[in-house]
Amino acid sequence: MLNLQNIVKYFHKGGANEVLALNDLSLDIRQGDFITVIGSNGAGKTTMLNCMAGCFFPDSGTIALNDQDITGLPEFRRAKFLGRVFQDPLLGTSASLTIEQNLALADKRGQRRGFGLGVKKKDRDRFCELLKQLGLGLEDRLQACVKLLSGGQRQALTMLMATMVRPEVLLLDEHTAALDPKTGAQILELTQRIVETQRLTTLMVTHNMNQAIKLGNRLIMLHRGRVILDIAGEEKKNLSVENLLERFYSLGGADELSDRMLLS
Amino acid sequence: MTWYAILGAIEQGSVYGLMVLGVYLTFRVLDFPDLTVDGSLPLGAAVSSVAITAGVNPFVSLFFALGAGFLAGMITGILNTKLKILHLLASILTMIALYSINIRIMGRPNLTLLGKPTVLDSLTGLGVPAYLAAPALFGAISIVAVAALIWFLHTELGQATLATGDNPQMITSLGVNTDMVVIMGVGLSNALVALCGALVAQNQGAADVNMGVGTIVAGLASVIIGETLFGKGGVTRPIIAALIGSIAYRLAIAFALDFRVGELAVSPSDLNLITAVIVVLALTSPQIKGKLARK
Ligand SMILES: Nc1ncnc2c1ncn2[C@@H]1O[C@H](COP(=O)(O)OP(=O)(O)OP(=O)(O)O)[C@@H](O)[C@H]1O
Ligand SMILES: [Mg+2]
Repeated sequence: MLNLQNIVKYFHKGGANEVLALNDLSLDIRQGDFITVIGSNGAGKTTMLNCMAGCFFPDSGTIALNDQDITGLPEFRRAKFLGRVFQDPLLGTSASLTIEQNLALADKRGQRRGFGLGVKKKDRDRFCELLKQLGLGLEDRLQACVKLLSGGQRQALTMLMATMVRPEVLLLDEHTAALDPKTGAQILELTQRIVETQRLTTLMVTHNMNQAIKLGNRLIMLHRGRVILDIAGEEKKNLSVENLLERFYSLGGADELSDRMLLS
Repeated sequence: MTWYAILGAIEQGSVYGLMVLGVYLTFRVLDFPDLTVDGSLPLGAAVSSVAITAGVNPFVSLFFALGAGFLAGMITGILNTKLKILHLLASILTMIALYSINIRIMGRPNLTLLGKPTVLDSLTGLGVPAYLAAPALFGAISIVAVAALIWFLHTELGQATLATGDNPQMITSLGVNTDMVVIMGVGLSNALVALCGALVAQNQGAADVNMGVGTIVAGLASVIIGETLFGKGGVTRPIIAALIGSIAYRLAIAFALDFRVGELAVSPSDLNLITAVIVVLALTSPQIKGKLARK
């Protein structure tokens, strides 16, 4: 469904601090995959997601969606089929707009916007129903400014906004990392529920190995800009953290393994 | 201060209110500090004056001004989004270029409208005295502009514009072409400013290439005064606040011009200095308040 082929991405190419962020990376995401992505700091996880979303274009390689080449499609056009949740809870919502205004903006993802009223009366009931699913009481605060919400509430709202128009692929980049453990667990549970009920094809970056093993049907590990492990199906079900670390060491990544990854 | 001076301040506040709405749109909504306005105000004046001199109906000439202002703003937007020039610098470049363009349009640095028809004739022709005609007409036009802007910012496109200024990454990931929004938004802003320039020229009976000097600072001062008096927050309130701020600013100016200590009197040429000081004070007053509170 979403296919990355031999993607190469440099930052500051030719400059003194040149970085090879994606090094001939290939990945085939199949319909219905729920892929967890792990890798040490700087492995290229965020860069890979940004490349899929079109924040920048790769230096070489192709990206295809349902066999259609989208390598040169700008970010705002890819929004039609991508839902995104960022690590920073402030990034996913517009702080100075109200909850219902944010939802209305997301409700039009990938569609033409015109001179119709932004928030229509008839949409409010639907927004309420959606917000009720979160169990945070936000359905009673439709007209509250989003900047009044906590980080967890904003991230929950972002989850909703990313999926209220069904995306073909949902991209989650450490979307619980900035939250306290309890709130993070709630958002993760919400993620699981939404992904399952809508049968979304999902890519989720996480630093938590247990999470990566427990969730999804497929696990990939990135290292120095390429996919060094790709485990699916039965094999993934039987994974353990020790087992995963062992395989990582044997691939020669020991020195690169971050403390953060070992500890989580 | 006399009633006459107050009426004058309402007149000036309303007509310059259009410019303040434009400055609000770029400075606050799009988070785009836009100095194009110093050039697009005389641009509107020039286009309208030349059109009237050529026999165009004064009201129709306003649409020419709107169009010219829109184009000027679009150019600043394109310089910024497509050619990646810093917004402030992009707007200065357009402003400087407009100085030459405005002289080209008029064929000289200024153009008088004495004896030519203006939009005010529509009221004075009905027997309305001249000192009432201007505040009434300009007041009506600025109220229509306020209403139109409030409406626009509540539409799907308007909400996307608000989000673009607030969180471009988010609104891009929801499928909005933020470059386009910026280009159109800065265009719309400068259309309003040019409309203001056209009305000012018709009111004072001349267009002058230098009439735009200090526009951005006056606009900022008005926006900030409006926010201070009327508060921020929401979509509707700050727009009304901008118009009120514009009138309050002109009242303050009228008051300053009345001010006299012995031999020393404020002259009109001091106004830019006074305005700059007002903006600095307004921009730093939260910090000043904070410092005083800590002591
Ligand atoms: N905009 C940028 N400009 C320059 N270098 C960048 C940029 N974005 C990422 N990089 C570099 O590219 C490499 C990959 O970064 P990336 O953010 O993709 O890593 P990551 O796997 O997401 O790491 P983390 O776990 O810390 O989020 C890093 O060396 C990083 O410094
Ligand atoms: Mg990252």
